[in-house]
Parts: sequence; structure tokens; C-alpha cells
Amino acid sequence: MATQQTTTAGRVLVAPSVILLFVWMIVPLVMTLYFSSLRYSLLDPDNVSFVGLQNYTAFLTDPDFLTALYNTLVLVISVLIISVCGGILVALLMDQPVFGQNVLRLMVIAPFFVIPTVSALVWKNLLMNPDSGLFAWIARSLGFDPIVWFTNWPMLSVIVIVSWEWLPFASLILLTALQSLDEEQKEAASLDGAGPISYFGYIVLPHIARAITVVILIETIFLLSVFAEIYVTTAGGPGNATTNIPFLVYKQALLNFDIGGASAGGIIAVILANIVAFFLVRIIGRNLEG
Amino acid sequence: MAMKQSTGKRIGVTVLAWVVAFLIFFPILWTFITSFKSELDAIAMPPKFLFFNWTLENYFAVQERSNYLKFAYNSIVLSIGANVFGLLIAVPAAWSMAFAPGKRTKDLLMWMLSTKMMPAVGALVPIYLLFRDLHLLDSLFGVGVVLLLINLPLLIWMLYTYFKEIPVDILEAARMDGASLLNEILYVLTPMAVPGIASTMLLAVILSWNEAFWTLNLTTSNAAPLPAFIASYSAPEGFFWAKLSAASTLAIAPILILGWFSQKQLVRGLTFGAVK
Repeated sequence: MATQQTTTAGRVLVAPSVILLFVWMIVPLVMTLYFSSLRYSLLDPDNVSFVGLQNYTAFLTDPDFLTALYNTLVLVISVLIISVCGGILVALLMDQPVFGQNVLRLMVIAPFFVIPTVSALVWKNLLMNPDSGLFAWIARSLGFDPIVWFTNWPMLSVIVIVSWEWLPFASLILLTALQSLDEEQKEAASLDGAGPISYFGYIVLPHIARAITVVILIETIFLLSVFAEIYVTTAGGPGNATTNIPFLVYKQALLNFDIGGASAGGIIAVILANIVAFFLVRIIGRNLEG
Repeated sequence: MAMKQSTGKRIGVTVLAWVVAFLIFFPILWTFITSFKSELDAIAMPPKFLFFNWTLENYFAVQERSNYLKFAYNSIVLSIGANVFGLLIAVPAAWSMAFAPGKRTKDLLMWMLSTKMMPAVGALVPIYLLFRDLHLLDSLFGVGVVLLLINLPLLIWMLYTYFKEIPVDILEAARMDGASLLNEILYVLTPMAVPGIASTMLLAVILSWNEAFWTLNLTTSNAAPLPAFIASYSAPEGFFWAKLSAASTLAIAPILILGWFSQKQLVRGLTFGAVK
């Protein structure tokens, strides 16, 4: 198989990628760690001093941080529930032999390709505006008062937008998994007289279980970093009702110029993501063996 | 055709499927329709669905008022440029991991994957400061390098899964015939892997086109691509819905079409081969 020559060549060819990724991963991380131990404000850049873990204790005891952590979790978990449960239903529906299946699939997957800033602004204005938005018209037509989405339900509004972006992803992945269920198994189940619920519970769900896990983990990674949608709709407000950890770090760094504090927040975000990544990498790694 | 369905049930399922798909797609359709309205029609109550004076004025206005083409140009340069250079680095790496694997290849792949999971916000502060000191803020080169780096693990991974499907015998036959390594990669591997490389490129372009964290934070005007251009419509121009819609339609149309072509590859790429 691999000769001495190809092994050497292999090492040489893989080196640029490894070096680039290593630098990209390590340099910012080490710098962030270093900054997180400093009192360092861009407003007063000549006055930098070492403060140890003070930024972390300040960050972790700051009520704003706890709110941001809470908001992050609410956003991630809500969108996960909506997109995964909705995704299973949509995937089951799209797996049926219906007229125009291919067109349907294109329509369902489309939101995933929309630039996040576009999604957010279209939803905020064209759909959710309490005066001239489409939802307001629907509410009034049905005799309700329109919901003042971003004032009264800011977090729910963000959740709705982000769910719309991620539902197609979950649907597409789960549909792909569904389609690999072999016909024989389906027929055997129907011959055995399995009802739709037991068919779903005993045949479908176990078959797509791994795909569901993968969807949950990948979405979690991305959802922990939701930024653009918040940036263009609420700017973290009102108050800090929709400030998640990425937005808090951005605010701390680029609006309050507090490099030390922002870095501590960044490290906390890294730790959170790594907890999820740990499980994801194991699952994908197991898949690689097979 | 798993279970025998009565005709009634079948029609029911079909109608339901179409309703659900229509609802999911509706915001995009609505944006598209609104882009042809006058500003007054765009905020009319009750909403005007199809019967209004269709006009192209918003598309001209978007170009005139905010120079859409400049941002589109930046998006094209960034998403294609960064990934062409990315491929030049990734193809050899994927080749070596697929065809000349060592003991540590699997670990290396997993490690590359893990770099993709670093949240961007963890690197924001140092990258911002480095870019400020190196005068790379708001430069195509600077943002391009970042986009290349965040997509590199994905490129390598996808290419790796495609290369793995190519029978190694063919490459060895070429080697027996005395083909050099360069010729082997260029003339034997690449032609067979073209579909895989194209799919990989497509997905990477889509992801770069839609990337909004780094582009919002590292650009202001010169190097700003479309996500940042649209963000400028958040206020006060967000009140001009027809123009926002025209700008949005222009920004998402090309990638929507590319995306529709690459659905299958999307699954493989985004799940790192865990779901095929």
C-alpha cells in the first residue's frame, strides 16, 4: 500500500493544512487567554496591568453575564426543540410519495440558504411589524390585537426567526436518514400489521436516532454562536433581554472597549462549545471506524 | 409506498405537504413579491398580494443609493477567492490522508474537525486587535484569510470522504506505470474526483457567502460583502420595505439557486460524513 515515498509525500502535503489550522486555533486562543488576565481598556491603552482571574470573577458575578448565559440556553434549547420536532414531522411528510416531491423539497430547504441578516430583517419588518406586518393583518382579520413582537416578546421573536433558519437543516438531514430505511423493513412492518405509531416508534425512530443526535449536536454548535440575527433586530435589547454570550462579548469588546472582560467572556464561550464538541467528535469518530 | 393508502388519505397527505412547504417558503416568496411594490404598496393594509403596480424601481434604487454591485463584487471575490485558495491547500491534504494514511490520520482528522467547533467569539478580540495593528480591518485580504481558515476543515473533510470512494488500485496502477506523484494527483485523481471537488467548492461558497459574524465585525465599507450590506438596512432604511426586499432578493438569489443544486452534498458536508 503506502510506500516510503508516498508516506513522506503525504506528510509534506498535509503539513500546510495542519500548520495553518494549528496557528488559527492556538494563536487566538492563547492571546484571548492572555488578554483575559489583564486590565486592558482600548479607551486607556497605555494603562495595562495584570489582574489574574479578576476578569473571570467580575464576568461570572455580573448579573448581565448570568442573563446572557440564561438567554443563550433558552435560545439554544428552544430552537433545538422546535427544529428537531418540526424537522421530524416535515421529514416524515416529505418522505411520502406525494405529487411534486422534488419541488416541495426545494421549498422546504430554501430558508437555510438565506443570509442570516436577510432572514432577520425580513421577519422583523415584513412579517412581524405590529402596524403593517403580515402577522398583524392576520391577527386583526381574526379579531385579535396584533402581537408587538420585538417589544413584548423579544426573545420569542429571535427564537422564531432562528428556528425558521434551522428547521430546513434538520428536515433535510432527517429526510436523508429516512430515505435509507429499506423498503423490505417497511413492508415487513406493514405485513406484521404495525400501526403508524408503533411503526414510527419501533422502526423509524431507532433508524434515524443517530441522525437526530448529529442534528442536535451540530445545531447546538451553531446556535451557541447566534449573532447576526440579534445584531440587526434587537441589538441585544430591550435592556439585555436578547443578549446572548456572543453578543455580550461583542458588546464588551467593540462597544465598551473592555478587552480583558471580553476575553474572559470569549474563553467561557469556548468552554461551553467544547463541552458539546466533545460529544460530537466522539460520535463522528465512531462513524469513521465503520 | 410503504403502506397501502386509500386515495382519500393520499390526497390529504399531498395537500398537507404542500401547505407545510408553502408556509416554510412563504417569507422568501413574500420578500420577492414585496421587492416589486412601491414603498406605499409595501406597507399597505390590508396587504396587497398580487394586484398592485409591479415595478422595478426598487432594484434601480438599491444600486443607485447604496451601490449594491460593490458589495456583490466583494461577496463574489471573498466566497470564491477564499475557497479556491482553500482547495489548493485542502486537496493535497485530503489526498495524503485518503491514500497515504499514517497511524495518526484518524486523530488528525478529528483534530481538524474540532477546530471547526471553536466559537468565533473566542477569537474575536485577538483577531480584531491583530487586524487593527496590521491594517487588515475592512480589507478583502484580511476577511478572505479568515473565511479560508474557517472553511478549511470542512473542505478537507468533505474531500476526504469523496477521495475515500475512489478505488486506490487505479492510483497504484498509475504509480506502477511510472507516473510521478504530481501527475498522479493532477491527471488521475483530479478528473475522477471532479464531482466531489465541485460539490465541496459549492458548499464552501454557500457557507462563505452567508457568513455574517466575521464579515460584520471585520468590515465597514470597503470590503463589506452582502450580509453587512443588508445589515445597513436595519435602521433607518429598514423602513423602506420594498427596497429592503429588492436588496434581499438580489443578495440571496444566486446562493439559493446554487444551494438547490447542492442539497445532497450539503448533508454530507455539514454532518462531516456522519449522515449520507
